[in-house]
Amino acid sequence: MDLTINGTSHTVDLPDDMPLLWALRDGLNITSVKYGCGIAQCGACTVHIDGEAVRSCQVALADVWGEITTIEGLGTPDALHVIQAAWIEHQVAQCGYCQSGQMMQAADLLERNPEPSDEDIDAAMSGNLCRCGTYPRIRAAVHAAASAMREA
Amino acid sequence: MGRARTIARRSFLIGSAAIAGGVAFGAYFVTRPTPNPLLDGLAEGEAALTPFVKITPDGITLIVPRADVGQGIASTQAMLIAEELDIDPGMATLDPGQPHRAYFNGTVAADGLSFPGWDKGFVAETVRDLMMNVARLSGSQFTGGSSSTADLHETLRRAGATARETLKAAAAARTRLPISDLRTEEGHVVLPDGGRIAYTDLAADAAVIAPVTDVALRPASEWTRLGKPYQRLDIVAKSTGTQAYGIDVVLPGMLYATVRANPGRGGGLADYSADAALAMQGVQSVVEVNEGLAVIANNTWFAFQAAQALEIDWLPPDYPASSAEMWQALSDAHADEFRNSRLRDEGDVERALNRATKIESEYRTPFLAHAALEPLSATVLVEKNRVTIWTATQVPHVVRDAAAEVTGIDAANVILHALPAGGSFGRRLDHDYVVQAIQIAASMPGTPIKTTWSREEDMSHDFPRPLHMARGRGTVEDGRVVAFDLDTISPSLVASWFGRVFIVPPGPDAMLVWGAFDQPYAIPNYRVTGYAAPPLVPVGSWRSPGACSNSFFHESFLSELIHAAGADPLEERLRLIDHADSRRVLEAVGEMASWSGADIGPRRGRGVAFAYTHGVPVAEVIDVTLTEQGIRIDEVWIAADCGTVFDPVNAEAQLTGAAVYGLGHAMNCELTYENHAVQQTNFDAFEGMRLHHTPRFHTQLLGLAERVRGIGEPATAPAAPALADAIFAATGRRLREMPFNKFVDFA
Ligand code: FES
Ligand code: FES
Repeated sequence: MDLTINGTSHTVDLPDDMPLLWALRDGLNITSVKYGCGIAQCGACTVHIDGEAVRSCQVALADVWGEITTIEGLGTPDALHVIQAAWIEHQVAQCGYCQSGQMMQAADLLERNPEPSDEDIDAAMSGNLCRCGTYPRIRAAVHAAASAMREA
Repeated sequence: MGRARTIARRSFLIGSAAIAGGVAFGAYFVTRPTPNPLLDGLAEGEAALTPFVKITPDGITLIVPRADVGQGIASTQAMLIAEELDIDPGMATLDPGQPHRAYFNGTVAADGLSFPGWDKGFVAETVRDLMMNVARLSGSQFTGGSSSTADLHETLRRAGATARETLKAAAAARTRLPISDLRTEEGHVVLPDGGRIAYTDLAADAAVIAPVTDVALRPASEWTRLGKPYQRLDIVAKSTGTQAYGIDVVLPGMLYATVRANPGRGGGLADYSADAALAMQGVQSVVEVNEGLAVIANNTWFAFQAAQALEIDWLPPDYPASSAEMWQALSDAHADEFRNSRLRDEGDVERALNRATKIESEYRTPFLAHAALEPLSATVLVEKNRVTIWTATQVPHVVRDAAAEVTGIDAANVILHALPAGGSFGRRLDHDYVVQAIQIAASMPGTPIKTTWSREEDMSHDFPRPLHMARGRGTVEDGRVVAFDLDTISPSLVASWFGRVFIVPPGPDAMLVWGAFDQPYAIPNYRVTGYAAPPLVPVGSWRSPGACSNSFFHESFLSELIHAAGADPLEERLRLIDHADSRRVLEAVGEMASWSGADIGPRRGRGVAFAYTHGVPVAEVIDVTLTEQGIRIDEVWIAADCGTVFDPVNAEAQLTGAAVYGLGHAMNCELTYENHAVQQTNFDAFEGMRLHHTPRFHTQLLGLAERVRGIGEPATAPAAPALADAIFAATGRRLREMPFNKFVDFA
């Protein structure tokens, strides 16, 4: 099976019904995509397919309908995405385990809504659990990223 | 950005013999008989002075032995060394080191005593010193009890200062300049003419001179890094998906495993058939491990699927089958024969209780999972005479010894790569998951195997916060609280956990009454009695152990008495408090929230709670509104005093994170048991706080207390009682049992 991930094509020899999450993590060693619950309750596994945030634990390999973007596709330490820069500026991460998923979800939100209110952020991001409780800084970082993106 | 920073591997320690002129610095090489782990492997003539700073021609490595489970302690440890060493810690390599008794934690041992933290009397201080030495001798390298900063801040600064002064002495010897003419700056010794010698250039010289140990620590007024806002050293990695956790280890030829354990913890395996599982795609083998079976496969998903296909007859464990029976067991333990401690007993409680109308209440808190977002995981390679382990743990010395015990390989040949954890909250004070991973890897010597628990295993095989109940009796007179008598009943956490990782210490279990017996109130008739119920399920330390339940009991009951007395909840606490640091945080939180009583308008309410835990007084005020959808938490004010704050941005995150943890679980989390098994096995049934529940936070760290203390846990305990108090103010309903969503809805 062929997958396009962050612009690069990969071939995996894995069954149709394997969740994309495990194909990425164990099949392709892309471990920035995290396993947290496996049942769409935590958002740690969030990636984009054709620009839309999806829970990779819920998408069977056979159902992948487009190009996959993981957090590395958003930006890298040497070329940060605006959202990552805001996450750093606001020192959001504690353990950091949820944060790839949080940022991928935020990227989806800001793509559709460049000026989200607190309520919009709550509605878009409440599916992403953070057990360390970084929520106040997530809110602040989403607002900061939104205004940085509007100015850009 | 893009700084040279890596978590070094063991190769640094054992391979350093190959590096000419290596030198390692620290605080203990003269004053302590503790052997220096960096000595091993240094070549003849090289000096390895001790455990925390190592300088070679190739670079500077800082040993940061306390585990980073998200609280940011790797950064804080590095900053403490860097402040005295005059280096940019971002340019150094951080290495958690190998488990070693040089990295013992004395504070956590001294804190586990039957003295309140604010008792600075001769007996308390003497026994604390004694416990520090016990910890030193036993080499207990725990990360826990919010003890890391308190325990290491001086040691690490001293290590940095020793290294700096020795490097200066080496430069003086080389240049024949007086040492007083030299200064240091950003990893260099600076000469009077402006010439600079890099520390890395001086390593060989420093290795052969007597280290300078008589160094004074810089006063806070001279700090350039500590106490100022700075970026956590892991923040870029954690904001770009490039931080590798224990669960992310990838090794050539690696296989993947998972565990299916008896849902009734501690029951055994009667019989099983692995035929169906072995026939499934990708499955390599099925092996018996502690508590159950493991499947080894070539993808974690295959292992998860096959684990479900195992047909297993479990034996029942020896604890009661249902939550109802467990509550009954606690209630039955409220009897003289189970009495464990009475560490607070002032005035004449019985007489006071008989003089006025008694107010009585019962409170309950459920079992709770730690449920860190990263499920438990460990990767292990067992070879002929060596075990290599990659995992996140709060007890590296216990992991090392367990690996030796399981495999029969000498502990000296156990190599531990201690990795950052995706949360822990106390769960990784146990090492059951590592033992299973070692057993799994031992079944296939030469092949590295990563074992990952499913979320369902993680939730149903936690060592949860214990079930806890309390009964309070009290009286009020003339608008004042006069008598306060609290009986608190729970299985002994100390007996359960220490029994697993060490030995059960003698004497009363102070943790059973933490957060209750040690509160600095001067109530005229004041008594706290602990009852140790028989063990139920095995339990563990959960962020702010003991206090996370006891503070709810203590503060809620105090609020009930204050309400009955017709007094103001903040004013009466201030009147009763008998400890300057604690009084200040209560005053501060009142000012921050512009406190003028619990009544803040229709369908709204304001609550307050105070707790003294881990040597830190914390006061919290919470505002709620009763909306159409239920209770909404609007604002939370937190004032605390942990003494000098080294890492302010991170400390603020710990205050709010701990409060979120306390509030979220109080709102909607519990573990209940049926047929001996946990009923809540994933986040659909154990939600905690989500973004839409999250209030606005306002925090203040006063920085006035004399002793430096840790701040990872203290804001947890007062969160739940402050919320219950606010809900009472808004609705007139006093919630005496968690989770609160059994009684009210949350918006
Ligand atoms: S792992 Fe996919 S939502 Fe939790
Ligand atoms: S930062 Fe730890 S789970 Fe979000």
